[in-house]
Formats: sequence, C-alpha cells, structure tokens
Amino acid sequence: MHPEFEAVIGLEVHCQLSTDTKIFCGCRARMPDGTSIADVEVNSNTCPVCTGHPGTLPVLNGKVVEYAIKAGLATHCRINLHNVFSRKNYFYPDLPKGYQISQFDKPICEHGYLEIETKAGARKVEIQRIHMEEDAGKNVHMAGFSLVNLNRAGVPLIEIVSGPDMKTSEEAGAYLRGLHAIVTYLGICDGNMQDGNFRCDANVSVMPKGATQLGTRAEIKNVNSFRFVEKAIDYEIARQIEIVKSGGKIVQETRNYDSDKNITVSMRSKEEAHDYRYFPEPDLTPLNIDPALVEQIRATLPELPEQRRNRLIHELGLSVYDAGVLTGSKALVEFFEKGVGILVSAPSDSRNQMGGQAAAKQYAKSVANLMTGEVARLVNESGTEIGASKLTPTHIADVVRLVQAGLISSTAAKQVISTIWKTGDAVAVIVKSEGLEQVSDTSALEPVIDRVIAAFPGQAADFRGGKDKLLGFFVGQVMKEMGGKANPGMLGDLIKKKLTA
Amino acid sequence: MLPRNLNEKLSTEKFRTIREIHDAFDKKLLSPVELTRDYLAAAQASETGAYLLLCEERAMEQAKAADQVLAREGKVPRDRLPLLGIPLGIKDNLTMDGVRTTCGSKMLENYIPPYTATCVERLEKAGAVSLGKLSMDEFAMGGSNENSAFGPVKHPTHPDRVPGGSSGGSASAVGAGLCVGSLGSDTGGSIRLPASYCGVVGVKPTYGRISRYGLVAFASSLDQVGPLTRTVEDAALLMDVMSGFDPMDSTTVPMPATRSFQALQKPADLKGLRVGIPKEYFIGGLEPDVEKAIQTSLRWLESQGAKLVPISLPHTQYAVAIYYIVAVSEASSNLARFDGVRFGVRPKDITEVKDLTGFYEAVRNGFGAEVKRRIILGTFALSSGYAEAYYKRACQVRRQTKQDFDLAFQDVDVIVGPVSPTTAFKLGEKASDPLRMYLNDIFTIPANLVGLPSMSVPCGVDSKGLPIGFHLMTPLFQEDRMFSVGQAVFQGLGGGSGYGLAQGSNVGRL
Repeated sequence: MHPEFEAVIGLEVHCQLSTDTKIFCGCRARMPDGTSIADVEVNSNTCPVCTGHPGTLPVLNGKVVEYAIKAGLATHCRINLHNVFSRKNYFYPDLPKGYQISQFDKPICEHGYLEIETKAGARKVEIQRIHMEEDAGKNVHMAGFSLVNLNRAGVPLIEIVSGPDMKTSEEAGAYLRGLHAIVTYLGICDGNMQDGNFRCDANVSVMPKGATQLGTRAEIKNVNSFRFVEKAIDYEIARQIEIVKSGGKIVQETRNYDSDKNITVSMRSKEEAHDYRYFPEPDLTPLNIDPALVEQIRATLPELPEQRRNRLIHELGLSVYDAGVLTGSKALVEFFEKGVGILVSAPSDSRNQMGGQAAAKQYAKSVANLMTGEVARLVNESGTEIGASKLTPTHIADVVRLVQAGLISSTAAKQVISTIWKTGDAVAVIVKSEGLEQVSDTSALEPVIDRVIAAFPGQAADFRGGKDKLLGFFVGQVMKEMGGKANPGMLGDLIKKKLTA
Repeated sequence: MLPRNLNEKLSTEKFRTIREIHDAFDKKLLSPVELTRDYLAAAQASETGAYLLLCEERAMEQAKAADQVLAREGKVPRDRLPLLGIPLGIKDNLTMDGVRTTCGSKMLENYIPPYTATCVERLEKAGAVSLGKLSMDEFAMGGSNENSAFGPVKHPTHPDRVPGGSSGGSASAVGAGLCVGSLGSDTGGSIRLPASYCGVVGVKPTYGRISRYGLVAFASSLDQVGPLTRTVEDAALLMDVMSGFDPMDSTTVPMPATRSFQALQKPADLKGLRVGIPKEYFIGGLEPDVEKAIQTSLRWLESQGAKLVPISLPHTQYAVAIYYIVAVSEASSNLARFDGVRFGVRPKDITEVKDLTGFYEAVRNGFGAEVKRRIILGTFALSSGYAEAYYKRACQVRRQTKQDFDLAFQDVDVIVGPVSPTTAFKLGEKASDPLRMYLNDIFTIPANLVGLPSMSVPCGVDSKGLPIGFHLMTPLFQEDRMFSVGQAVFQGLGGGSGYGLAQGSNVGRL
C-alpha cells in the first residue's frame, strides 16, 4: 500500500442458516440429503407464503432465532431480548413481496467482536450487529428476457456487520475465515461460498495516514471466495489511492468484483441508491426472547475455534501454528481428532502402551504433521473440503502407525496420502504396490554400509578424525544406494558403529 | 331461472335468520340445495352489482353435502355444523382456492389464488355455502364502493344511492337478501359504515380475533375480517365460527374462539350499564336526523336502566390524520407485490418499455386513482427525511389515542355514538371530493387505531327512510358484552320485531 494512505475496511457477511425450513413458511431451507436448494427443480420449493401471494402472512421459524443467538454468543455480542422485524422496501424481480422482512433498529445481537490473528499479531475486530432476515430469490438472465427462481426466497439469513475496523486485506481475510469457522463450528451455516451459503460485501475507503475523517466508501458486492475478497479489496484500495493522488474524488457507489479480470466495476451510484422506507413489520408481533432461552443456548454452545485451538496447544502439545491451521476448518480439525482418537484407542506397538496424555501427544504431533503438510496441500490444491476426498481418519492413523513402526519413511508417507486422496485404497495396499516399504533389517543394511565406507576411505578417515558432520554424508550415500527405503533412524546408529568399530 | 317462492320465502320473516333456516331444515320445509339455488338465482337476477362472481359449482357442491348431512342425521347438528347449508357471500379480498379474487382491481382481474383464507375455510368447515365474491372499493380503499374497477354497487333499497364502503357489496347483498350473511373487512370502518348505510348489522372484532390469513392486506395493523348479517345473533354465530388463534397468522391472539352466540341466549341486563358518550362525537356536523336517532337510542338505553356517562377522548381530532398516514404507509408496502412480475396485470405493450423502471411504471399505472393517491401518500410518509414527521409521529399519537380509551374504559363499560355523520349519499355525490369522503370515517377509525371490538347496529331511519347505524365499542376482547348490548339496542330500536330495519324497508323484494 502507498505509505501516505491507510485503508478502512468493513465487512457485511450474509450467512444462510442451515435450518430445515425457511424463515417464514414451511418450505425447505436445505434438502435433507445436503443438495443445495439452488439445484432443486426451478420454483418447486415454494408455497403461497414465500412466493408472496396476496393475503399470505409470515410466521417466524423459532430455529432461526436460536441460530442467530448462537452466532451472537459466539462473537461476544449482547443479545437483545426485545426484537422487532422491519420491512425493507424496494422493487426487484427476485423479491416477490416488494419488500424484504429484515431487522432495522432493533437487531437481535449487538456490540460483539471477533479475535483475529495476522502476521502483526492478535487483535479484536468489532462486530456492530447481527440481524435476521429472509433471502430473496434468484434472477436468471436469458437472451432477451429474464426468469425468476424463488426456491431460495425465504431461506433464513443472518447478516453480520463488522465495524469499519480493518486496515488490510489480510485482516479482512482473517476476519472472514474466523467468522466462517465460527458459523460452521456452531453448525448454523453450511458455509459453502460457491453455493452462496456464506456471502460477503466489503466496504472500502481510503484516507491520508493519521486522518480521523473517513474517506468516501465504495461497497464491493458478490465476492464468492476468501481469496477473491482479499484481491478485490487490494484492487479497490489501489484504485482509490490512485484517484485521490491524482486529485480526483471517490464516488459513493456499489461495485462488482470481476474475478476473471481481477478488477471492480461500478454497479450503481449513490444517486440511484434506494430509500428503503423501513418500518416495523405489522404482520409479525414483536419478538420477546426469554432470558432463560439465551442461557440454555449458551450452555449448549459447542467448542469454538478459539477454545479448540487452546486445547490442542495445551492438551495435545501442538504448536501454535499447527493448532491454528487445523482449527481454521471444522472439517479439518474433526478429521484430525478422529485420526488421533483411532491411534489412542488402538496403539500401534508396545512402545505406545504408555497410554494417556503422553501417547496422545505423540500421536497428535505425527498426525498434525501430516495434516498441516501433505493434507493441507491437497485440500488447497483441489479447492474442496477434506470431506470430499477419499481420505479417511483411519487412513491417516494407519500411515502414522507405519511411520512410527519404522516401516515407511516420512517421505513415503506423503506419497501414500497423495495416492489415497485419489483412490481411497488401503494404506498397506499402496505401500506394497508402490514399493514403499522401508528396510529396517540390519542384515540387509550392513552389507550396503560396508560397501559405502569402502568406497569413501578418505571421508571415513576424516570422520574418525573427529568430523562428526560427515555422518550425514554417509547416511545420504546409503539412502541413495537403497533408493530411499532405508530406515534413517537405524542407519545413523549402524554407520556410526561401523566407522568407529 | 326465476326462484320458486323466493320472494315469498324471503319477504316472510321465517327464513331470515340462521336459526329459522335451520328450524325449516329440521322440519323439512326447505333443503340446503333449494335454498342455495334460490339465492344463486336471486343474485344472478339482481341489479345491485353486489356480486363480482358467483361460484355456483362450489356452492351447489356444498349445498348437496349439506343435504346429505341432513338426510343422514335427520336434523341440523348445530354443535358440529352450526352453519350447515347457510348461503354466505364473501368480500372479494378474501381468497378461496381456485376462485378468482380481484379486490375490485384491474390489477388482479386474472388472479386465481391457490389457497383459501382461514376465515372462509372455517365457515365452510362449519357447513356454510359460499355463494360468490362480493364487490368492494379497489383494495378496500373507499367509503362508497364507487372505487371498484368493475363498477359501483347500488344501495339495496335506494338504487340511486351508495351502499357505503369499502365492503359495499357485502352490506348491499345482505340488505337485498342476496345472502344470509357476508364477510367484509374493516380497516377504518369498511364493515360498519356500509352496514349502517344499508341497515344491517356489521361487526369489526378485536384486532387479532379473526385470522387475516387470506385477506389481501390493505393496512395490516388495522385490517380485521368481520361478519355482516341481518341480526346480532347471526353475527355472533359467524364470529364464533371464524374467531380463535390461527397458526398461519402471528397477529391472532392465542385465545380460543368466542362463544358469543351462547352469551346472547340470556337476555341483556342494561341496569347499571355504564354507557360512555364521548363529547367529541357530538360537536356538530351530524345530520339532524342522525343526531335525533342517536339521542333517541341513548334515551332508550337510559329508560332501560343504563347510566349515561359523559366522557372525553381528546385525541379524536387527530384520528383521521393518524389513520391516513398509518394506513397509506402500510398500503404502499403491501401493494408493492403488484409489480407485474408475479402479480398484477402487464399492459399489452409491455415489450416496448426500455428498462426495469419503465416496466414498473407501465404496470403500476393499472391501479385506480384512489389507490395511486394512497400509494404515493404512503411512500412519502415513510420516506427518509419525512418518516419522523409523518409515520413515526402518527404512531406516537396512535398510542396516545389508545391511552384515551384505556382511561375512558376505567369509568364505562361501553362507548357509543353514531357510525357516520350522514346516511347513504347519492352515487357520484362525493366521488370528486376525497377529503369529504375521508371524514365519513371519523367515528369508526378510532376502533381500528386501538384494535377495539366495535359494531354497527340499525337504530332508526331518517326522513327519506335511509337507515341509521348505532355504534358500539367495548374494551379489547369484550365482544360478548358488545353483542349483548348490541342485541338489546337492536331489539329495542331496530324495529322491535328483532329483524332490524329489514321490516321497515323492502329488503328481500328483489
């Protein structure tokens, strides 16, 4: 970023709640088999209420309130017990009633925060409010005309609004990922950005460094991945600085992010902005929440990313880095804990009969190494969640057992995992078919070691003369001879013994 | 086909009330199919313009089912099917599955709802026969039924006059004997005003008593469905069937149905009844005949042992203003769905519009003048920069109006007055003067603003023979008391015979 400017970023996140039914009618909010509502036959998931038939009325789904409270409690918000729904009036073909039922001046949650971690350290980002509302349908544009699909109309949303609190795209990315982890941990949102379960609008402005008066902001809409949000923000900051530097003025407007070109494009300016004419929804009575319900929900909150990270560090002895990577995704950390669990309940050999905490720590380190290394790489590369692959926690446990027993090398372990990712074959089968078994048989190693020592008499003499570092050289030579399959741990001892004999 | 004996049947007192029809069913003097056929034929032949649509097939099916019940059970099972075989008319802003519902608007001239309003469903489950859909002012906006896109409705006995509105079809049909009872909706007086003009009983229940599910909304916080009938007893019976919590309408109160019919079976005791007379309702502007009829009614109440208590409702002067801000604000939002995408009629030349805004402009030109006027007013009252001064301020004064009534009801059991300053006026007389039209609602509006139960009961006629309505309001959920006092007034003043003005007019002479 330009050294004379600083950026101010605020994010509005829309989460589709994973309730069974829509917010104001009995239609499905998600299909029982996990299929996205978007993929169901067009306009089949509708009824007179969510299509806005004249005379129909909304009836609030209590689960939505419960889920919104969960989100509020997990982000340290105050839960407002007195709630009012309001109508947000605007015309658009995907909005069947001509207004969206939302919350305006009395949202369900206010004044929370989310702790984020960046290279600069940890800090809190303000969450101004969380409110409940209904999703709109979807316009489908054809050649010369448009159609409307209302399957999604009335799916419950919470909108989570941050303060204008972030200064870099890195912070925005960390905030978004943190929020995503929380809502998926809570089980209140499927969190699939491609399907629009988790959507983000970013408000971006720039001002001279140290200024107190915020610059005019642009709102970037419809960005559907973490990376794109970061890139869109970076582009927008650069664009605005360029304008200000060349003496221009930023226009308050809504901009679209074009991920193919990595630019933002103006959608509509403030003059075209809507006057939403909010007023209390007269078809719904004010919602008064029983404080006992809030406490009941608080008591049943699952372990959240922050708590889980601390537990992995303190109980399982993971590094801060490993714990951070693992807990960034609910799927990843659950996979990890299952893998460790399998190992603890069925130890691989007598060495691990020590049991309890110590065993768990030892296994945790090994599993974490594989997960944050090879598995994380595969997840990133494929762009899918770990659940979409053929890799299971049992596979990971099997691999760790072989490594700890000295039967395969850690390099071979990566290769095995990479193959399982695609094929789902059993670990033993892959080790055998790819010839990855490690040689730990002394009688097979000794002749090779003897040959190597004989081939490098000079180095052998130097080692004996005190050049300990040359041990690595000999290990490497033996490995080379054996195609990488020698057990490295055993090799060191054996060579040392031979050289000093 | 002309009805056999219909004139005779309806002009005699025998078959006017639900009770009497059921007695006739029991004695096999009449069958539901016969009765329904007669009413359908009468409606067909009528020139009042009360019906926009007759659903003959549905009605005859329901009548046949009623015949079968009678054949099976020998007599009317009044506890289970209290409305067996009773032909009713439904205001055209209440939905019936598969039956065109226009709300008196061109916008909905092709709209066929896929579901039935809760109140209609409950009536039909209780055995009622739905004859058809009754005319109304477009989207219930009006006080004379002259705002219907399908032509005005005539007064049942004075065809050059209006029946009142917006439930003009509902009142006229009952008054003309084109149904035993009807459903209307009341946002600022839309049941009580036409009931008063047409000399029938009209009830606006407590807000939340009857489900609004299936009532096409005008102003959601004010709208209530209610019955129009010839007698107070019939109105109570319809109320009992329709009322009670509905899971489809969150604004219905979690209370069981009323049992007002039962309550009416013991005679009203007016001794010691504290009757509130708001001074703000008698400050001039009343037609002399109306004032005289109301004063006569008050004297009669007094003669029966009631105590007349002068009260004050200081915010009365703001009621019309509050109403015309709150109602139009809500309406501007409620009517947004008629945008031509899913609902509302697109003009034929719609392909020539250049963009989405042009499309909306073209479509929404399909509203009538009064509806457009109110949408524009409501949009203004809610818009940023004006909402504070208009919508929010109106809501504040609305709360103060409620306090007026809370205070008043500490001292009185019922508050009474005229329904309207005038009797039915001539067609076209006020059509060009919306402000004068708005003032007709001055006595009825407060009950909607506060949510109170209220009703219009015929209490006399003016020098031209035009009916005058007596207005009663009781505290929230006190329908039983309202019906009881209403019944007494009705029997004491409405003609003595218990059949209201029907006797004095030519009701039933089709």
